[in-house]
Amino acid sequence: MKKLKADPKGVLTGAHYLDGDYALAEGALAAGCRFFAGYPITPSTETAERFSERIPKVGGVFIQMEDELASIAALIGAVWGGQKVMTVTSGPGFSLMMENIGLACMQEIPLVIANVQRGGPSTGLPTLTGQQDMMQARWGSHGDYEIIALSPDSPQECFDLTIEAFNLSETYRVPVFVMTDECVGHMHEKVVIPPADKIELVERKWYKGPKDEYKPYKLDKDGIPFLVKAGDGYHFHTTGLTRDELGYPVINSDCQDVVVRHLVEKIRGNADKIIKIEEDQIEDADIVVISYGITSRVAIRAVQMARKAGLKVGTLRLITVWPFPEKRINELAKKIKAFVVPEINYGQMVLEVERCSQGQTRVIGIPHCGGWVHDPDDIFKTIQEAAK
Amino acid sequence: MRDYERYIRYRTFPTPWCPGCGDGIILKAIAMAFSELKIQPQDIVVVAGIGCSGRLPTFFNTNTLHTTHGRALTFATGIKLAKPDKTVVVISGDGDALAIGGNHLIHAARRNIGIKMILINNGIYGMTGGQVSPLTPQKFITETTPYGNIEPKFDTVNLLKASKASFVARETVNRPIPLKQVIKKSFQHKGFSVVEVISNCHINLGRKNNMKDPIAMSRWIADKTVTQAQFEKIPVQEQNTKYPVGIFVEDKERLEYTELYYKHIVPTTQAETIKANSTAKRQKK
Ligand SMILES: Cc1ncc(C[n+]2csc(CCOP(=O)(O)OP(=O)(O)O)c2C)c(N)n1
Repeated sequence: MKKLKADPKGVLTGAHYLDGDYALAEGALAAGCRFFAGYPITPSTETAERFSERIPKVGGVFIQMEDELASIAALIGAVWGGQKVMTVTSGPGFSLMMENIGLACMQEIPLVIANVQRGGPSTGLPTLTGQQDMMQARWGSHGDYEIIALSPDSPQECFDLTIEAFNLSETYRVPVFVMTDECVGHMHEKVVIPPADKIELVERKWYKGPKDEYKPYKLDKDGIPFLVKAGDGYHFHTTGLTRDELGYPVINSDCQDVVVRHLVEKIRGNADKIIKIEEDQIEDADIVVISYGITSRVAIRAVQMARKAGLKVGTLRLITVWPFPEKRINELAKKIKAFVVPEINYGQMVLEVERCSQGQTRVIGIPHCGGWVHDPDDIFKTIQEAAK
Repeated sequence: MRDYERYIRYRTFPTPWCPGCGDGIILKAIAMAFSELKIQPQDIVVVAGIGCSGRLPTFFNTNTLHTTHGRALTFATGIKLAKPDKTVVVISGDGDALAIGGNHLIHAARRNIGIKMILINNGIYGMTGGQVSPLTPQKFITETTPYGNIEPKFDTVNLLKASKASFVARETVNRPIPLKQVIKKSFQHKGFSVVEVISNCHINLGRKNNMKDPIAMSRWIADKTVTQAQFEKIPVQEQNTKYPVGIFVEDKERLEYTELYYKHIVPTTQAETIKANSTAKRQKK
């Protein structure tokens, strides 16, 4: 994995007052993203607008496509043209992207999609928040595959985690989702953008060997294949069909076994390196609140209230949502009385917590159907109940 | 080895097509067009969606992308914007281009992005075994119109004209030399180009409609093929049963999309940035 410094052209160094949507765009530009294709959808549109204004200034491409199917397809095309790419959307658009997200997984395309979540299903609550696409992010396209998903809790993290998302997507050649939500997307806060030489980027795994020996899906020592650009004389073929090392279709179960195992294991096998969580006051805790994104900021308040009431409560914040930190959850499950899992959906990541706890502790979800964040009191009451 | 064979990727043979399929003729016509125009293999990207026609890129010894059903033009849009100097060719079936991908077709035409599209019209969904397509002739029997197709087909040429396409042509697999010539012309065109190629699917379309071998289907195509002058004289109500051939639109004046983007948008914004920076500097002083 080769490290690079960010190109200062794209980095708006300084302290800014930005909303999460703009910070996503700035993170991408700092990470070297020079291609954006998208379709307007609330509450993510501001990101697209920011790109349309900023990206031509650094010589990059902005194109508003005819729909989200087209947007993600254009990204995949641009990656084969050598670009770093991103798009942004919300629930309905995310649903439309699903088929080509599968293609991106199959062709091992590094790309970043931010989903500024709103309440669903269907058109739902276009202008109000939700965290209801968390399972869709993991399972939304057909077939077996793995992706990476991150969940920022502030405009600052929208910036930081978008850079991280690009780095992960290059390291593992996989689509990476920044699963934010309307609340963080539209929240204005201070965002500090460091100087370009303080931003570390992962270089794409360019193939540099002899032209006639290039095999698009031959794995390197780290288990990840090399990429080339169309037009550099490598004459590659790529497809969504199950394929051999050369990228040519092979339709049988032996080849399928090799391909699917690779797509899954390149992420599962590196989960320890990928996963980032943030724990607080966990040493003496017998109750742990697990949350992510905007909900984790509400959870902090509830935990303060509980500590004041003398309860031993800690927090675990998922920064990486997928792959899920199953080892750590399992470890904690052995020691504590209960997990409390508030999220702005009817119970999604709580299912993962249950799975990883393997019945060793209580798992109490706090569902919220969307449109607003939890009342800290509700989380506090659940903590009290869990402590009984 | 003849020069056009440089463009053919023999290692991926055999093709998946039925014996007598028109796709092979089109493969060769495209390869010959590349060769005669001396476009180097490394400067070509061939993109396709899904279908029998979608398999064509596999057999070109260049950069080839096999993508998802109906979306080839949008992947190609990404490639063309990232690599404006490359010859980006899209190969699409009639279902791929006009059913699932119809929206992308009219938008690519409207933008005039420099993609060269070969639209293989065999009047049927070949790969899935013969279901009706938006270009299946009326009354034809297919697997999903067992009582005859009641829907009219799209008039591809007028659809594209209305979408502001800058190059529109039609040929048939019966006429390989004019086919190659018109493909060459389309490859030399700067903006978005479409060559619709009437092809034969005797297996999935012909068989159910009393044309079960390639000869019978070729005869049917020949019977339907007319020049544009002949077409004008046909009563309007019969026009939709004929395939006029030749070039219908060739607008060399319209600017191509990536050219507009890189020559207009990018320098304008960069000039603005330079201006803004220098004013900021002056203000600091
Ligand atoms: C989203 C999606 N829906 C359906 C299909 C199944 N499918 C594969 S090819 C095809 C139609 C192909 O017909 P056409 O585009 O006319 O090309 P041909 O095979 O005749 O060359 C369909 C419906 C698919 N691959 N993807």
